Amino acid sequence: MVGNADLFVNWARKSSLWYLLFATACCGIELMQAGASRYDMDRFGAVFRATPRQSDLMLVAGTITHKMAERVKRLYDQMPEPKYVIAMGSCANTGGPFYKDSYCVVKGVDLIIPVDVYIPGCPPRPEALIDGIMKLQKIIMQRKNYGAKA
Amino acid sequence: MTTRTDALPTQEMTINMGPQHPSTHGVLRVILTTDGEVVTRAVPDMGYLHRGLEKIGERVTYAQFMPFTDRLDYLAAMNCNCAWAWAVEKLAKIEVPERAEYLRVIVCELNRISSHLIAFGSYTADMGAFTPFLYAIREREQVNDLFEMICGNRLTYNYARVGGVSGDAPKGFLEKTKEFLDYFEPKLDEYNNLISYNKIFVHRLANVAVIPAEDAVAYGLTGPNLRGSGVPFDLRKDEPYSVYPKFDFKVCVGTGERGTLGDCFDRYMVRINEMRESIKIVRQAVAQIPDGPVLAKVPRVFKPPVGETYFRSECPRGETGIYLISDGSVNPYRLKIRTGSFVSMNIFEKITRGLMIADIVAVIGSFDIILPEIDR
Amino acid sequence: MEAQAIFDTLKGKFGDAVVELQGEGFSPAFVVVAPAAVKEVSRFLKEDPNLSFDVLMCLSGVDYKEKFAVAYHLHSLKQHHVIGLKAMLPRETPSLPTVDDVWPGANFHEREAFDLFGIVFEGSKDLRRILLPEDWEGHPLRKDYKYPDFYHGIKV
Repeated sequence: MVGNADLFVNWARKSSLWYLLFATACCGIELMQAGASRYDMDRFGAVFRATPRQSDLMLVAGTITHKMAERVKRLYDQMPEPKYVIAMGSCANTGGPFYKDSYCVVKGVDLIIPVDVYIPGCPPRPEALIDGIMKLQKIIMQRKNYGAKA
Repeated sequence: MTTRTDALPTQEMTINMGPQHPSTHGVLRVILTTDGEVVTRAVPDMGYLHRGLEKIGERVTYAQFMPFTDRLDYLAAMNCNCAWAWAVEKLAKIEVPERAEYLRVIVCELNRISSHLIAFGSYTADMGAFTPFLYAIREREQVNDLFEMICGNRLTYNYARVGGVSGDAPKGFLEKTKEFLDYFEPKLDEYNNLISYNKIFVHRLANVAVIPAEDAVAYGLTGPNLRGSGVPFDLRKDEPYSVYPKFDFKVCVGTGERGTLGDCFDRYMVRINEMRESIKIVRQAVAQIPDGPVLAKVPRVFKPPVGETYFRSECPRGETGIYLISDGSVNPYRLKIRTGSFVSMNIFEKITRGLMIADIVAVIGSFDIILPEIDR
Repeated sequence: MEAQAIFDTLKGKFGDAVVELQGEGFSPAFVVVAPAAVKEVSRFLKEDPNLSFDVLMCLSGVDYKEKFAVAYHLHSLKQHHVIGLKAMLPRETPSLPTVDDVWPGANFHEREAFDLFGIVFEGSKDLRRILLPEDWEGHPLRKDYKYPDFYHGIKV
């Protein structure tokens, strides 16, 4: 009985991942193109929301600088539970091409917020982004919401 | 007789149009001081994407800096790549093969088309119409396919090299380009029928944020923003570089057709018309392109002579000027990139006095800014 | 007009404030002026009908290791010529008058030079950091800049 409830809730969550439009740099354009005509992300139930209060997925696409880091944390805090974060692109994973010589780039968004899925690429193709979302859907399906905690 | 509203005390409000906003085209923060819905002061706050490109440039070699120019304006990456290549070639006086110059012009103009498509699509999406955005992305995906044929990437191309381009156009590229141009040219009329002269769209854009020609020149605006105010200055015609003198095209200027000269609608129409002119240029380039090598012989360890140079080229968002100082070593000594978007933000505070909050969105979209150009 | 002719006109009008012409290896050529005279020279370059440099293309700070410099690139829409203007500044206290009343578009460029080099523009209507956070320490584009270890707890 409880197992079925888990399945049902997880299926509902994974099929309607509403993502926050958080596009800082170049990966943002691939994000937009993934949500638009050819690689339609809407068929996965993922629509973009402009506000963190109504979204459950934050796709960090683009370079995060020190000036922006505080705001990223604030946006993450504003999202309601359960929330997921995908780090899209090299800059969000580890700082990207600016890793070696830049003085004001945060070397990876996981220094600020916890990340569930990392998508490599500079920028990753929309197919890679969709692959990352499908991996996140698998993670969501395995989550135990109800039942005794071990 | 005093009305009730006269007795109500009012106060100005300071609102943040924060770095994360669907309509600010990136991480731009605008601090608005408003009296109700009317903005009394709008101050832009930048630097949320400052990655220190100029400092990075002093630590890498000339060839290694090419991928960083992609990230400078990623919607017009070919233009930025070529601007860097032309600047270094001007400093070191390198002769570029003609086929390479033609290929550079073809990809630069195709990139201008795809950049203006995004400007058109996102501007109409900001104004509330979502369909033109999907149409624009559909067309842009075809340009992305062409670029994937020639250099392998969809967004950050790294195609130009100091002395030429990285690879010749593969078999079928020029034919596919012609097919795309034949497919795309009637679409511009379709867009004009769909949205450009729509009553609501015109009402939101006409007579908003008028920039007179003297102000545009004094504040250093360039590109479509300057031409939208009626100043017919285009670097491809007035200070031509590369093989642009061989092509025949018009300079698109704002005409004040639906409002005052220099308003948001003029800047928007200049971009639509420029797409038409770019189609003409690419057609001529594809017809005239000669055979030959695509990369000049540049030494592996490249050390240009000591000197300083300033090169500017016409990018979709304005003029990209590169001030390059070389001290004879493998790394640049100082490189300063002056971009059209950075200079456009200078006039932002002046022209947004007295507008409504929704008009601020219209102004930002009409300038067609992109944040990495502003912040570098 | 050629760079030499522009230099001769300026030398004739301003005398010793105009120091030298850097022509060989510089494209466009630079007219080096004393920092205190930058505003008058700029105004003359803009308003004289033969010169009429009405567009300030670019204003950059430069760190030549012994001193700083501010380089102005100017363009004329009417006369179709370009010229560069340069002012050399001492390293300890780099400061010179602003040109934002001659070309209003200079304001953001000056703010950037202040932010990244620490060059102070006297009389500027708004001189504060533009690209880096307000509480950033140091001026990154100087040649002797040392990268900080941490900023607000995050490793740089």
